[in-house]
Amino acid sequence: MSLTLEQVHRVAHLARIEVSDAEALGTLDQLNQIFTLIEAMQAIDTRGVDPMAHAQDLAQRLRQDCVTESDQLTQRTAFQAIAPETEAGLYLVPRVIE
Amino acid sequence: MIELSLRELAQSLASRQISSVELTRLYLDRIARHNAELNAFISLDPARSLAQAQAADERLARREGGPLTGIPIAHKDIFCSQGWLTTCGSKMLSNFVSPYDAAVITRCKDAGAVLLGKTNMDEFAMGSSNETSFYGPVRNPWDVSCVPGGSSGGSAAAVAARLAPAATGTDTGGSIRQPAALCNLTGMKPTYGVISRYGMIAFASSLDQAGPLARSAADCALLLNSMAGFDARDSTSLDRPIEDYSRELAAPAGSKPLAGLKIGLPAQFFGEGCSPTVMQLVDAAIAEYRKLGAETVAVSLPSMELSVAAYYVLAPAEASSNLARFDGVRYGYRAPEYQDLNDMYCKSRAQGFGAEVKRRILIGTYVLSHGYYDAYYLQAQRIRRLIANDFTEAFRQCDMIIGPTSPSTAFKLGEKASDPVQMYLSDIYTIAVNLAGLPGLSIPCGFAGGLPAGLQLIGNYFTEARLLNVAHRYQQASDWHRQCPGDYA
Repeated sequence: MSLTLEQVHRVAHLARIEVSDAEALGTLDQLNQIFTLIEAMQAIDTRGVDPMAHAQDLAQRLRQDCVTESDQLTQRTAFQAIAPETEAGLYLVPRVIE
Repeated sequence: MIELSLRELAQSLASRQISSVELTRLYLDRIARHNAELNAFISLDPARSLAQAQAADERLARREGGPLTGIPIAHKDIFCSQGWLTTCGSKMLSNFVSPYDAAVITRCKDAGAVLLGKTNMDEFAMGSSNETSFYGPVRNPWDVSCVPGGSSGGSAAAVAARLAPAATGTDTGGSIRQPAALCNLTGMKPTYGVISRYGMIAFASSLDQAGPLARSAADCALLLNSMAGFDARDSTSLDRPIEDYSRELAAPAGSKPLAGLKIGLPAQFFGEGCSPTVMQLVDAAIAEYRKLGAETVAVSLPSMELSVAAYYVLAPAEASSNLARFDGVRYGYRAPEYQDLNDMYCKSRAQGFGAEVKRRILIGTYVLSHGYYDAYYLQAQRIRRLIANDFTEAFRQCDMIIGPTSPSTAFKLGEKASDPVQMYLSDIYTIAVNLAGLPGLSIPCGFAGGLPAGLQLIGNYFTEARLLNVAHRYQQASDWHRQCPGDYA
């Protein structure tokens, strides 16, 4: 199989990455080479094989649903100090609703 | 001093033959002299490192030292380090001063190590040559026109050039073992879940595992002792009894220290695809293992040839999800100009990520999208199971598997940079180990044309101590691992 230019734009939109037409063309070529490599998988009959999502077949650990961190205000200040834009403890983004 | 083992350094520090401040300064001076050429470090903060060394000296004076107290260790820039720039090799995080420490950083601190600096790496650990770093390529100390391997290329180059006694790395598809092979080091990827991933910037969470890069198996064991251990903050961290990974190393070495060891040689590691010169060195190392008493048996990993294909579905799929967090809102790069919120996301990500990272996000997004999920993602997970089953079967016939780490010695900078598929194939012998979640390590096994080659040892789950011992016995009988690149002696 091979991808089309339209699919590259569609996937880039889903991934929220801006691509120009020129970039999409170069990307298309490289993605198609990679998909040729990946296609080798299709020759294998895997009926009846359980998908392996993880290296260890373990159940997720559970914990009590309670606050584990202390001193939240200091932590928030430290974490927001490196944010592009904040105000009154909130992260600022461009206006979404007029 | 720069050739001392970690244990010898610890002894020299404990007996006050040298202070941690002197030792740290020695390495900072070497870095100042050589880093411009190698580009192994992204961030240095000599004042902070020396303050840690000073504190270590005070602890040593009070005889309160831990196993690494006062020893400078370089950390891959994938580990969040409080107060340090932590870039993951990306423009996206080029302004990210971490507000917290990764578990690996905390554990090394607790063991007394001094943070010497943050090492260069492929962007978000996606690469096998260190050429995808926003901070420029790292050069191989054995030949500066060659790559050091990747993605932990800065850590490997730093230790190989004696700019650090040891370093940390991470390995998602070979990113510790392959640079170890290309730089004449010993590097280990432990069993998945042995070292906490907390604060280790995620690439492919079901495959990522941290590990040590050092000049010997004994040094790796010591560093692994400090890095490993259960951590409730990583949901995949394994709650197991604490191990001393160096426990088997002190046993007296008779003439046949490995008698009884069965080494499996998989046909798939010894076919076409490996350079004949590397294969000669691997064969010679296997002959040495027979001399040490090991027996070899032929085994087969029939699904291994599909490991690269399955990996380039699974790792990008996980990466596309993990890297969705970089949106220019809470941390990292935000584009200077945009129309609206969606445009801000799209431009910040387009400008903040490099070409290889974008390529993998696009592959991952595609294979997870409607209509392709079963054909690609689930099929890759099923092949992952077949690969893991192959290893289980092989380990019924042998204790350990041996083969080459990388199909070639270090290649030239730029040689594979424009051909992603060729670059991906340089991890053909290492990827299957990550898919199965097994421990693997690479040790030096000789030189071809002046460039080092690596021998890969793969063990069953949780056999790190055994693997390190088998590597150590070879290193007692050989001196490849002691070779130092001439310009850095």
